[in-house]
Amino acid sequence: MLAFQILIDGFAVSALYALGAMGFTLIFGVSGVLNLSHGAIMVAAAVAAWAAASVLHTGTYTGALIGIAVALIMSFATYFAVVQPIQRSRRIPNEEKEIFVLTGTLLWGIMIQELIAYFFTNNAKTVLPIIEGVVNIMGVRTPQNEIFTAVVCCVVIALLWLLVNRTRTGKVVLAASMNPRGVTLLGHELTSVYIVVWAIYGVLAGLAGVLLGMFLGVSSYSVGPLTASAFSIVVLGGLGSVSGSLIAAFVVGYLETLTAYLINPAYRTIPALLLLVVVMYIRPQGLLGRR
Amino acid sequence: MGSFFKSRLFFISLGAVIIASTLPLYVSGYVLGLLTVAYYFGVFAMSWDLLFGFAGEVNFGPTFLIGVGAYTAGIVNAQYGLSPYICIVLGAAAAVIAGFVLALPALRVRGPYFGLTTLVAVLMLQNFVVVFADLTGGEIGLTIPDVITIDSHANYWIALGFMTISAAILYGLAQSPVGLVLQASGQDAVQAGALGFNIVKHKLAAFVVSAFFSGLSGALLVFYFGTASVGTVVDIAVGVNVIVAAVLGGRRTVLGAALGAIFLIVAGEFLRPTGELATFIVSAVALLVVLFFPGGFLGAALSREARQ
Repeated sequence: MLAFQILIDGFAVSALYALGAMGFTLIFGVSGVLNLSHGAIMVAAAVAAWAAASVLHTGTYTGALIGIAVALIMSFATYFAVVQPIQRSRRIPNEEKEIFVLTGTLLWGIMIQELIAYFFTNNAKTVLPIIEGVVNIMGVRTPQNEIFTAVVCCVVIALLWLLVNRTRTGKVVLAASMNPRGVTLLGHELTSVYIVVWAIYGVLAGLAGVLLGMFLGVSSYSVGPLTASAFSIVVLGGLGSVSGSLIAAFVVGYLETLTAYLINPAYRTIPALLLLVVVMYIRPQGLLGRR
Repeated sequence: MGSFFKSRLFFISLGAVIIASTLPLYVSGYVLGLLTVAYYFGVFAMSWDLLFGFAGEVNFGPTFLIGVGAYTAGIVNAQYGLSPYICIVLGAAAAVIAGFVLALPALRVRGPYFGLTTLVAVLMLQNFVVVFADLTGGEIGLTIPDVITIDSHANYWIALGFMTISAAILYGLAQSPVGLVLQASGQDAVQAGALGFNIVKHKLAAFVVSAFFSGLSGALLVFYFGTASVGTVVDIAVGVNVIVAAVLGGRRTVLGAALGAIFLIVAGEFLRPTGELATFIVSAVALLVVLFFPGGFLGAALSREARQ
């Protein structure tokens, strides 16, 4: 009974984590950018979906779409207003660009977070679920929305895999993550590759944010923890390795669910952090990292 | 080093310190209280700059070192009732040990991985504080029975003196041969190693010095506030402010970091009427500085002077 509960809840949480971390790792793999405004973009998407559905009464599907659209806009704004100017700046030495991108996106994330808090208060918001009702799976009462969340996550991850491995655009993206200079020699504009990646990232982060808003609820306080959890999942799996972060998301998701059910919900994040520290010391490049 | 005492920077700093030390004679206690916090904060930012600007290591967890120093001092005082001075020394010692423990394995990993290790350390400390609530006061905060003094003038002078001495030591260290080796290893670790310098030892030393000043400042701050809480000395938001202060003031300048910290705290206070937008405005200004003046306040001023 409890085992099934953990199995089902853990799966939904893990799938959500995987979706959230996937875009984050993709951007790092392709352009070497660690986007620390990640959590803010996810929360912005969830809050937009909440506002559309609960305040403007647009209906849950439209609300979710608005949320994703907001994340997409935010993602482009992050790239064009923060990341690209730093990458192109001649005043910042090349070896320090990574650190400047980290600082810049961190500040950008705080700005988004503060704006959300200002216009929509700090209160937790739960996005209206798309599917309502509860089903009984092997004696465990499961909200249908939880199943919906898990299914959507799996479908989107599968679609992403198809996009990256089976389409022409995807292959260019993949090639850019292996050797950016090689891609430019083949006549592809690197900037347009980056735009594609940031677009994919926006959709993924938006979807993850909206689903998270339905499943657990979000507030402007969740920005930091969300960024930190995506960061740790991605490092655990190996920076830039999409399949690595998939595995890591499930490891972290189940560890947290196990701790919450068996020990104490207050200690939820501790075992995952300990595991992260251990992995960093034994295998700093992460589970499937290349460098 | 001798040329420094003749440079314009030295006279400007000396003038600033002299003016600052006379402030209690003509400003209100409220302003003094604000500046007292700003000075302690300045030490946080300067010790962070030593690691980032010189050793080239992004420490996302300055609050780990600050928090260990602050909480150790606070707990020792609350539990055993030792005199504040002993508690402060113990706090600084604990921060040095924590810095050593954190640095030893963390220096094996580079760049973003190092940043993450330090970030995780903060999250762990935060969890520790919440889990051992009996000892640490948990989320409500730890009340500390003793204070150094309740006189706002004395507190102000202690903070100013502490910041000035720390600034002198950190700046001197940064300009010394050790600082140059650090800077070299931060910019090109392989080449610095090939020149025969022990990079790990230098970086470890930088870490320990940074930890010492962070912990000492954290402990002093706790005895000024009379309370230690996650929100004031451990939270990631506090660490972000330290980083923003250092980058804003100009990385690799040490003194600029203190300038940035004072600016940040005073600006936050001036923007108080704007309510919740204050943090937004400060972050926006910091982002603009990062984008358009990557050298920061002092960096921009110094490079203009160098050009002339």
